This record gives sequence, structure tokens and C-alpha cells, in this order.
Amino acid sequence: MTPDLSHGHDHEHEHQAVPSDPALRVKTLESLLVEKGLVDRAALDALVDAYEHKIDPRNGARVVARAWVDPGYKTRLLADANDAMADFGFISRQGDRIVVVENTSKVHNLIVCTLCSCYPWAVLGLPPVWYKSAPYRSRAVIDPRGVLREFGLELSDDVEVRVWDSTAELRYMVLPERPTGTERLSEEDLAALVTRDAMVGVAKVAPPQSGGKA
Amino acid sequence: MNGIHDMGGMQDMGPIEYEKNEPVFHAAWESRVFAMFFATGAWHRWNLDAFRHTREVLPPTDYLQLSYYEQWFSGLLDLLVRRGLVTPAEIESGTPAPRTTKATPPLTTDKVVPVVLSTRIHAQRDVPVSPRFQVGQRVRARNINPVGHTRLPRYARGKFGTIHRDHGVFTFPDTNAHFLGEKPQHVYSVCFAARELWGTQAMEKDCVYLDMWDDYLEPG
Repeated sequence: MTPDLSHGHDHEHEHQAVPSDPALRVKTLESLLVEKGLVDRAALDALVDAYEHKIDPRNGARVVARAWVDPGYKTRLLADANDAMADFGFISRQGDRIVVVENTSKVHNLIVCTLCSCYPWAVLGLPPVWYKSAPYRSRAVIDPRGVLREFGLELSDDVEVRVWDSTAELRYMVLPERPTGTERLSEEDLAALVTRDAMVGVAKVAPPQSGGKA
Repeated sequence: MNGIHDMGGMQDMGPIEYEKNEPVFHAAWESRVFAMFFATGAWHRWNLDAFRHTREVLPPTDYLQLSYYEQWFSGLLDLLVRRGLVTPAEIESGTPAPRTTKATPPLTTDKVVPVVLSTRIHAQRDVPVSPRFQVGQRVRARNINPVGHTRLPRYARGKFGTIHRDHGVFTFPDTNAHFLGEKPQHVYSVCFAARELWGTQAMEKDCVYLDMWDDYLEPG
């Protein structure tokens, strides 16, 4: 272990130059790390595969659908999301903490991370670029209604807007309102209606297209 | 530090650019940076707070111009060198220094899923620390301007709020990011009225919740 090089604040450390060709420089670094035995290439492949194909908003959608059909589950989810999500295996009871906040006809929740890009990976996968971008991060806290309008969602004045700025190691997910006209849908069909955007709070879940199933 | 990363409340950053059917990664190299950061983290030479700070100390113009994974790549190189896993000469040449003994990677494929699912952040601590504040108590976010890492955004400093929930004990980023100790303490969800933060242009009922460590708060 190298001795601690920090001095309270690290202004003296060198900033690495902006890569002119990131693809080439990243490939070179990967070769180096593999050759030094610092990383295992198969583990890198497995990590990429997990986030490209396995860990995505379908996880969160299943949680939402379960909460819509099972009031007992919803109560557990809002009280201790890790415990409730462990039912699906997305996250362990001892794992990183997730908090679920509920949208109703009178309360609308919106998730942001103004300081970086904190996002509930386990249930939504990796965040989209707009979520990590300056326009969203800067305005979500000062003008949430304007941001929502930009996403096509106009809230009436009597709805209370709660913005959750993820400044610590808690990760937030919105439990959206169940759309009307879905009383007869199965849990699986309900899950298919739930979008990433609704679980971040920038959209509502739209009712199923009339005339057909979700 | 009062850096460009602390964006809450800034205006005129332009419209939100929404990409339909966005891919998880926009280029293969982005996914490799992502995975390398993850896998090298398993050496426990740094923590997430230290990584966040590598992005915060980017010059503001770079911060705004670099893509997200370019920022990650820059931060990864910084930590690899600063924490002694590779040398600048090795990064330049792409090959290990002569007479380097090959290490054994701590993160192997069989551990990827448990690590991914469970303990990526791993900042909660099961240690007995008394909370300084109680749910329902009125508090004020301290007006501090540290030059190092902090998770107390500028827009909340000096503002009054109410303790909404006690999340338990977590490591303290302001020291942890600089390898100066974990200083475990309570983190609370604190509710701030939007009008307290932004004045009368905000709607009366709206509010912003921030998660705040004990050291960020004083009685209100």
C-alpha cells in the first residue's frame, strides 16, 4: 500500500490530459492492467454484460407492478425497500440502501443528483446521459415544474412537488401512480407499462393503448 | 469545494437533451472504462468519495466539455497512479515496468454478480454513534466552504430545514475522500421548503429533500 499522498486537499496532483483518442488509450490501459494482474478480463466482460443486458429498468418495473397489486408489499417497499426488493434478488437486505417514494394525485416526486450522477443502479440500471447532464442537474432543484414541463408533464398548482437530491449513499426510486383502466391487468402486464422515466419522476405511467393489451 | 460540479440552482445550462432508445454505452471504450473502474476498485486502494473528487478537481472548462466516461477515465488514471497501482511511465508505454511481479486480480467473474448486487457503495457502518438530531427537529445547514470534497451543496448552506428521517450511520465523505478517515456519523433526510431555498418564485408547498451528515447541521 502506498503511503497516503493526500494533504487534506489534492490540488497538487496532476490532471491527466484529455485523451485525444479515448478508444486507443482505454485499450492500452486495459492491456496494461490485465498484464499486471490488476484486473481479470473475463470479469470486465461479465461486468459489461451485467449492465448492458441484465440490470435495467425492468427490475424496477417488476417492483412497481408488485406494489400496485399487493398492498402489503407496497407497505413493506415504502418502509424498507431493500427488504422488499430482496424478494426479487435485485439487491440484498444488507446491500446499498434504496428508498422508494410514492407518487399520488397530490404528491409528485422527482429524483436528481445535483453533485454527480447518483442513481439507483440495482433497479434502473445505469443512468441516461440527460440525467447526468448539466441542464437536468442544475434545474431539477430550482425549477422542477419547468423541468417536468420540458418532459411533457404539466402539474397543477395543488400538487406538492418533492425533489430528492441524492447527496449521500441513499438511492431513490419513485413508485409511480397506477394508471386508470388497468384494474384487470396482470402483474406482468402492469410491469410492461412502467418506464424508467416514471421511476425517476419525469413522467407518469401512461394507461395501456386503448383496444389492446399493454 | 465550490466547483462547477455543484450545479444545483444554476440557470441557463440549456435544454435537457433527451435521447430516445438510448444505449447503455455509446461506445465500446465507455463500457471498458466502466468495468475497469469497478474491477480496480476491488483492490480497496480508494473509495467512491475519492473517485467523485477526481472529477470535481477537473478544470471547470474540462468538466463541462468532457463526456461522462471521459471524466471517469481521467479519474481512473489519476487514482491508479496516485494510489500506487500503476506508474505514469507504464500508462505511457502500456506495458508493466521491468521486473514487475504479476498480481492476482481480486475481482473474478464468479464475484461479479454478488459484488454488483450487494456492496458496490458500502458506506453504511454498523458502529454505535449517537445521532445529534431527532426526526421532526428544525435544523440549519451549516455555512461551510471547504476547499476539499463535500456533499453539502452550496444551494442549501445556511438554510433551515426539518429532519425527516434518520438513515443511520455512514462514512463521512469530507474526510474519506482524502483518505483522512471514515469518521462515521448519522445521515438524515432533511426537508427544505422550496421557498426557503429559492424565495417566492417557488411554489409554497414544494420542497427539496437532501441527505445530510451530522457535521453539516446545526440546531435551527
